[in-house]
Amino acid sequence: MKTSEKLIQRYCAAERINHWIVAVCFVLLAISGLAFFYPAFFWLTGVFGTPQLARIVHPFVGVVMFLAFARQFFRYAHHNLINKEDVKWMMSVREVMKGNEVGDIGRYNGGQKGMFWVMVLCMILLLVSGVIAWRPYFAGYFPIPIIRVALLVHAASALVLIASIIVHVYAALWVQGTIRAMVEGVVTHAWARKHHPRWFRQVTGKETGH
Amino acid sequence: MALQSLDILRRSATPTPTPQARNPQEVAKLIDTTVCIGCKACQVACSEWNELRAEVGTCVGVYDNPTDLSSQAWTVMRFNEVEEKGKLEWLIRKDGCMHCADPGCLKACPSPGAIVQFKNGIVDFHQENCIGCGYCISGCPFNVPRLSPADSKAYKCNLCSDRVAVGQEPACVKTCPTGAIQFGSKEDMIEVAQTRITDLQSRGYDQAGLYDPAGVGGTHVMYVLHHADKPTLYSGLPDNPSISAVVGVWKGMLKPLATLGVAAAGLFGFFHYITVGPNRAEDEDEADHGTPPAPPAQGTKHKERENAL
Repeated sequence: MKTSEKLIQRYCAAERINHWIVAVCFVLLAISGLAFFYPAFFWLTGVFGTPQLARIVHPFVGVVMFLAFARQFFRYAHHNLINKEDVKWMMSVREVMKGNEVGDIGRYNGGQKGMFWVMVLCMILLLVSGVIAWRPYFAGYFPIPIIRVALLVHAASALVLIASIIVHVYAALWVQGTIRAMVEGVVTHAWARKHHPRWFRQVTGKETGH
Repeated sequence: MALQSLDILRRSATPTPTPQARNPQEVAKLIDTTVCIGCKACQVACSEWNELRAEVGTCVGVYDNPTDLSSQAWTVMRFNEVEEKGKLEWLIRKDGCMHCADPGCLKACPSPGAIVQFKNGIVDFHQENCIGCGYCISGCPFNVPRLSPADSKAYKCNLCSDRVAVGQEPACVKTCPTGAIQFGSKEDMIEVAQTRITDLQSRGYDQAGLYDPAGVGGTHVMYVLHHADKPTLYSGLPDNPSISAVVGVWKGMLKPLATLGVAAAGLFGFFHYITVGPNRAEDEDEADHGTPPAPPAQGTKHKERENAL
């Protein structure tokens, strides 16, 4: 039995709190949003008590999510610039899905970077369209045809984001030891060496062997 | 069941069928703009019967008052001066809900039963189910529903569904002093309109016609217009209204697409996990690599923790 393991700090407490604020907001927004989108799921408005309360609260939670995500954007944008290794990763995604690592991956791999930019795009679209459609405060300032487009964009980008988050959550579950990074803040050396070798070298100053 | 004579044909955000057994006949209100004198008695009758009190406005230089529909003004007279064939014409139109056969408001509404369409053609809002999202406003091709600033619920003309349910005509019809507003079965109203149109055409209004736009499946409020070829002359009555294609995609195609996308993401994850299995990092011993732990690189956080287990 192992008595000790070597760990690397991946996310500090502030980063973890920030992430979970976004995550909780997202879950509440996805549940109430799906309730507004699918008639058969309207009962999910109960997540905020009553349908009327859900309509009132949803946009405010959305603003909180956007602001918290914006903080994350400034934390991570510079880590998510796509380079050659990431393109290689993306081209070999089938191999990656089999559990074989591809490329000399740094802090984030091509999939994570792609996910980051999809989230950024969705968040911006959701905020802009959400404000345009927000009654009773803002919608009155926009012409009806613009509001129609906003409602369509809001629903479409929300659904892209929901599908993306399913992938995001699944990836974290699939790659074992990942959840710990966002809960306890740490990953094992083995995890880092396998999934993010370049990052591992950078933080430890070690060669990865093999 | 209350108001059986208004059996419900469609209900907002309700995918299953409504009771279908009874088939009351379709009704319609016919507004003859060529007979209207703009007295606004209909506005007053509407306000009286429905207990609505719009704010007393100010004169803005035209006769329109209130200047727009609101939660307290379900019908307003719109006055427009135009020159047709070198002749000044004062076109007056009683604006309000058209009670479309294919109502955009009902299509857009996310709240089950907040909007209903009765079999007689009346489209009614049930405010107790309204959540105040304003989707109906975006769905309507005629810009009719209005959100109340007091309670954030949407309101519009309900064709006096309470009066019609007990065999009476809407309040505006009852009060119109010139007979410009008539009420009856839709079939009868089309017939009445035809007589009027024939008469108008014989008196020089060769473009006189009935406004019952097919783009929304026909309406249960119809107009006789002197210039049926140019409905927009009547304070922006749309030429060929229909539910916006954007609303159509949002409430139509996007739903199956979204279901497919979200389901695909979920199912992919599930089947991937039970076939490929989890991606584990082998718990390699550091010593195997023969490299002693190096000091942490500059500017990075590095820690080792004792595992209590």
